[in-house]
Amino acid sequence: MIKQLYITQLTTIFRKEFFRWSRIWIQTILPSVITIFLYITIFGNFIGSRLGDISGLPYIQFILPGLIIMPIISNSYMNVVGSFYSGRFQKSVEELFVSPLSSHVILIGYVLGGVSRAFVVGFAVYLVSLSFTSIPIHNVYLAIFLTLLVSFLFSILGFINAVYAKSFDDINIIPTFVLTPLTYLGGTFYSIYNLPEAWQTVSLFNPIAYMVSAFRYAFIGIEEMNTFNAIVMMFILIFFMYSLAIYLLNRGIGVKN
Amino acid sequence: MTKYALEIQQLNKTYRNGVKALKDINLNVEDGDLFAFLGPNGAGKSTVIGIITTLVNITSGTVKVYGKDIRQFPEATKKMIGVVPQEYNLNQFIPIQETMINIGGYFGLTKKQAMNKTQELFEDLGIWHKRECTPRELSGGMKRRLLIARALIHSPKLLILDEPTAGVDTELRLTMWDFFKKINNDGVTIILTTHYLEEAERLCKNLSIVHKGEIVQNSPMKDIIASKRKHTYIIRTDSTINDINAFGDSIISIDNNSYELTVDNKVSISEIINSFNNNKINVIEILSKRNKLEELFMELTQE
Repeated sequence: MIKQLYITQLTTIFRKEFFRWSRIWIQTILPSVITIFLYITIFGNFIGSRLGDISGLPYIQFILPGLIIMPIISNSYMNVVGSFYSGRFQKSVEELFVSPLSSHVILIGYVLGGVSRAFVVGFAVYLVSLSFTSIPIHNVYLAIFLTLLVSFLFSILGFINAVYAKSFDDINIIPTFVLTPLTYLGGTFYSIYNLPEAWQTVSLFNPIAYMVSAFRYAFIGIEEMNTFNAIVMMFILIFFMYSLAIYLLNRGIGVKN
Repeated sequence: MTKYALEIQQLNKTYRNGVKALKDINLNVEDGDLFAFLGPNGAGKSTVIGIITTLVNITSGTVKVYGKDIRQFPEATKKMIGVVPQEYNLNQFIPIQETMINIGGYFGLTKKQAMNKTQELFEDLGIWHKRECTPRELSGGMKRRLLIARALIHSPKLLILDEPTAGVDTELRLTMWDFFKKINNDGVTIILTTHYLEEAERLCKNLSIVHKGEIVQNSPMKDIIASKRKHTYIIRTDSTINDINAFGDSIISIDNNSYELTVDNKVSISEIINSFNNNKINVIEILSKRNKLEELFMELTQE
């Protein structure tokens, strides 16, 4: 009975979130696909054709996994931060808090909304990339598993950002000043072993570098950092961020007085 | 089975900025009541409602809904409560029927159950033809009715109406009063806050008045009406009273043909008219200056 209630509640939040981004796919999906299309065209094709192979692969194939994970990170994050903050702004989020929803149901519902968008964007980008180069996936299950982990983690981070945001400007600060630099510096466009030693050390403190590396391994079988360690790190981050988000929800921070 | 829909004991709320919004509030609302919860702006009404609906955290004290503590059993108590907030808190971008289905889902209703209940409520409230619209496309009155429908989607036992008729026209207000009476007769306990004291007097059986975070009056409506011994009327006549002293010191002149008369509760309107006629003055119009609840409210909440 209670299990059925949770399933109904979770399905409702997920359905609401899924329709929210899918009915405005021109704003939510298309921009990422166009951006990555441009990256592939300019960096992968035009510039990449003048560069030599990296780890025995053409440059375009080397950067593709990073180019796929980039929109997965940004879309999962932006979906949840945008949706939950918009609900707070309109006060429609009160609907959730006066309903008999547990904090876990609320959080997982929103996170699944972000995960679904990340999967669709990731797949769309992958399809676009096929028109430039063939990229047989080294381990499809690992690629799906990593997409799930990465999008789950960044959806939770988006949720935490939305709880603390006081204006629409605040929901762009983390993506602009933290996520984008970390993604660009995380070995998306280069092998971190091509960097000077000091920068290689710095890269070890960039969690996104591990994710890019793991994703690259799942796609093209090249492992720059230990994939198992990357997965463990993501589980640890998810555990802590999930706990923090639940704590914030239970306390009603950002929603309750 | 408790006879109270709501029990509040020693409730205190101090906001983070140090403002003491509620001071030792004690309040009981009986099951099946239509209860008026009144007070001037900033008195603490919305804080109490926020606490009952768990949108405001409690500093100290207890709140029980049908015998269950809202902090110990939040999910169980929320299932029993429907709330119509003072401010519109609707998702502006979703068709209203979809909003209803979502809210139904939060309360565990299947899509089909929520659809059926939505149709029933929207038809009762006269907004079924607008079901495909988003809240942005609705008038103020329609939004109010949507908030009421939303609060009732899960058939709550306790309905909290925070100024539900604010900003709606007279005709719609009367329709909404009938609707509230109907659902109250169907067994739903209602707590109503309103600035229209006539609304409270017409609808409610019991009331509390809160002022500066404290309950200053808590009694049945009929006792309040009976307790007021004097009543004031505005009387318009066809000519000027030459000797106003003949009516005693209970009358004052407003302008040439208008007077304010304060009389004992027991004096009937026909007696008033007769007394004017005896002085060869015809009464054209007689209005009650202020209803009894309004008088009491002003007495209790005046600075």
